[in-house]
Amino acid sequence: MPAEATGQGAGPVLTVRNLRAYYQMRYFGIFREVRAVDDISLEIGRNEIYGLAGESSSGKTSFIKAIAAANRPPLNIVGGSVRYSFLDRDIFRLDPQTLAAVRWKHLGYIMQGSMNVLNPVRRIRESFVDFAFRHIGLPKAQFFALVAAHLERLHLPPDVLRAYPHELSGGMRQRVTIALATICRPEFIIADEPTTALDVVVQKGVLGMIREAQQEIGSSILFVTHDMAVHANMADRLGIMYAGRLVEEGPTRTIFAEPLHPYTAHLIQSLPRIGDLAPKKALGGAPPNLAEPPPGCRFHPRCPLAMDICRRETPALTTLAPGHRVACFAASPEVRPAPPDEDAGRADGREAALQPAEGR
Amino acid sequence: MSADLLSVERVTKVYARGGLFGRGAFRAVDGVSFALDADRPEIFAIVGESGSGKTTLSRMILNLVAPTAGAIRFRGQDVAHIRGGRARSAFMGAVQPIFQNPFEAFNPLKRIDRYLLMTARRFRGARGQEAERLADDALRKVGLSFAEVRGRFPHELSGGQLQRVAIARALIPGPALLVADEPVSMVDASLRMAIVSLFRALRDDLRVSIIYITHDLATAYYISDRIIIMQKGKVVESGDARAVLDNPQHPYSILLKESVLSPDTIGEGILGKRPPATVDAR
Repeated sequence: MPAEATGQGAGPVLTVRNLRAYYQMRYFGIFREVRAVDDISLEIGRNEIYGLAGESSSGKTSFIKAIAAANRPPLNIVGGSVRYSFLDRDIFRLDPQTLAAVRWKHLGYIMQGSMNVLNPVRRIRESFVDFAFRHIGLPKAQFFALVAAHLERLHLPPDVLRAYPHELSGGMRQRVTIALATICRPEFIIADEPTTALDVVVQKGVLGMIREAQQEIGSSILFVTHDMAVHANMADRLGIMYAGRLVEEGPTRTIFAEPLHPYTAHLIQSLPRIGDLAPKKALGGAPPNLAEPPPGCRFHPRCPLAMDICRRETPALTTLAPGHRVACFAASPEVRPAPPDEDAGRADGREAALQPAEGR
Repeated sequence: MSADLLSVERVTKVYARGGLFGRGAFRAVDGVSFALDADRPEIFAIVGESGSGKTTLSRMILNLVAPTAGAIRFRGQDVAHIRGGRARSAFMGAVQPIFQNPFEAFNPLKRIDRYLLMTARRFRGARGQEAERLADDALRKVGLSFAEVRGRFPHELSGGQLQRVAIARALIPGPALLVADEPVSMVDASLRMAIVSLFRALRDDLRVSIIYITHDLATAYYISDRIIIMQKGKVVESGDARAVLDNPQHPYSILLKESVLSPDTIGEGILGKRPPATVDAR
C-alpha cells in the first residue's frame, strides 16, 4: 500500500487523499464556508516536477498551505490525509516540534516575493544561519564552508553572503531563496510562483537554476504557477485546478497535445505564441465565488460543452488513459458523477483501495 | 502643423541617484524618439525588461513626469507647456491611462460606478441620467453594462472585469490615445486574451491609438503594429512588430526573444532534454 510507505522505496514522495481545506468563518452567528481545496487526491513521485496550474482564487495557495500543515484558522483541514515518504504518519498528526524539525530539512519552500521573504536588516549569511543552521547541525565554520560550496554549485558568487537583500537585484534575490530552500537537500520542495515577478530574461535563468538544483539533489518539486508556458518547459506532470478542484491531471506532453477538459483546452488554445496570429477565443464569465460555487461542475457556467448533467452532478476525477485523469462529463461517457461529499472517493474501487488504513 | 498625434523627440529623463553622498545621476530614459500618426490609429508596443525605462516613458507621455531634456508633443503642442485647468483637462481627456493592477487602481472603499460617473461629469459635463448613459455606452464597448457594475465595490468583480471597467472609464472622455502600462500582467490567464483582443477592437472600431507597454513578447506580437525594444533607457531596436520579432537584429532583442518560453518546447526549453523521472506516475 503506497500510503504505508515510510522508507526510501520507489513509492510516491507525496500522497494526498481526498484533501479538503475550507475557510470557515463565523460572523455574528452567520457561518460562512469557502471551499478553497475541495476533495483533491494526487501523488507526486520521486525526482519529479509536478506542475500545478490554475488562476487566482482557484485554491493553489490554500492547497500548498494545507499540504505543508501551515494552515491557520480560518483555513481548516476538514478531511483527507497528506503523507510524505519521509514521515511515518500523516503530517496533520505530527506534534509541533517534529513538524518544525521536518520543515526546511525535508520540506523546502521557494516563495514568490523574495523581497518580502529575506529579512531586510540581516545579511544573507545571517539568513542562512536563521533558516538552516539548526537543521544541518555542523559547527559554524563547517556550516559556512558548506553554504559557500552550495552557492558555488548554483553559480552564485560567494560575495552575496555579505550583502543585504536590497543590494541584490530581484533575480539574484530569487536565486538566494532557491539556494536557501535547497541547502538542506530536502526530499520535497514547494515552489509557489517563484518567477512571476521577474522579467523574461531573468525568469529563464532562475528556472534553469531550479532545475539544476533539483537534478543535483534529486528531490521532487511541486511547482505552482498560472503561467502555462512555464509549465510546458518545467513540469513532468501537470495538474489543472479550477475553483478548488483538480479538473485534469496528466503528463505535460499529453496535456498539451490532447487536453480533455474544456478549461484546460481553453488555457492551451489561448496561449499567445510569437509567430502565431490566429484569432484567440475568449472565455466568457469569470471564475466562481468559492463561498457559493455553482451547483454541479463548477466550470459549467463558462463551459462551451455544458450539458444537463453538468448542472446537477459533480464529475469525479476519472482515469481515462494511463496516468491521465479528468473530471468532465463531456470528455468521456465513462466519467461518473462524484459520490456525495460524505464518502468522497469511497465509491470508486481503485481510490478506495488506496485509502490509508486508518482512514478518517 | 504636422499630422502627428504624438511625437516624442529625443526625450531624456535623469533621476538623481543616492542621497547623502550624491553618487550621481541615473538616466532612466535616454534620447528616445518616435511618433504616432493622427490619421492611422495603431497599437504601439514598448517592450523591455524591468528597469528599462518603459514606465518612466509612459509617465512622461501622460504628463505626470517632466522630461529632463527633449520634448513630447501632443497634436503639435509641447505637453510641458500646458497651463491652466481647461487646457490640462482637455489633454487629460484626450490621453487616458490604464494601469497595471486594477485592484490598486480603484479605491477598495469606493463604489466603481462613482469613478465612471465622475469621469463623465468632469470630462463630458454630464450629470444624472446622461452620465449613466455615457458610462453604459463605454461599458458596452468592453462587453459589460452599467447594470452589472452599479453599486458594486472593486472586490466584487474579478480582475478581468475590473480591468475592463478601467478601460471603459478611460473611454468615457473619448480619448485619442490610451497609455496602457502592463494592462494584462495581473489578469487571469483565461481572461487575458479577451483584454488583449479588446485593444485590437478599440483600435479598429473607435480609432483609438494605444501605447501598449509590456514585457510579454507573445501578446505584443499578437496585437501590435509597431514596436520599440528598450534596454537601459535606450531604444535598441524599432520597427514593424512582426518583422522585428520574427527576425530581431540587436543582441538584446535576440536575447529577449530567446528567453520567451514557448509552449511548444515541452520539457526542453530550460536545460534541454531531461532524463525521464525515475518513478513514472501510476
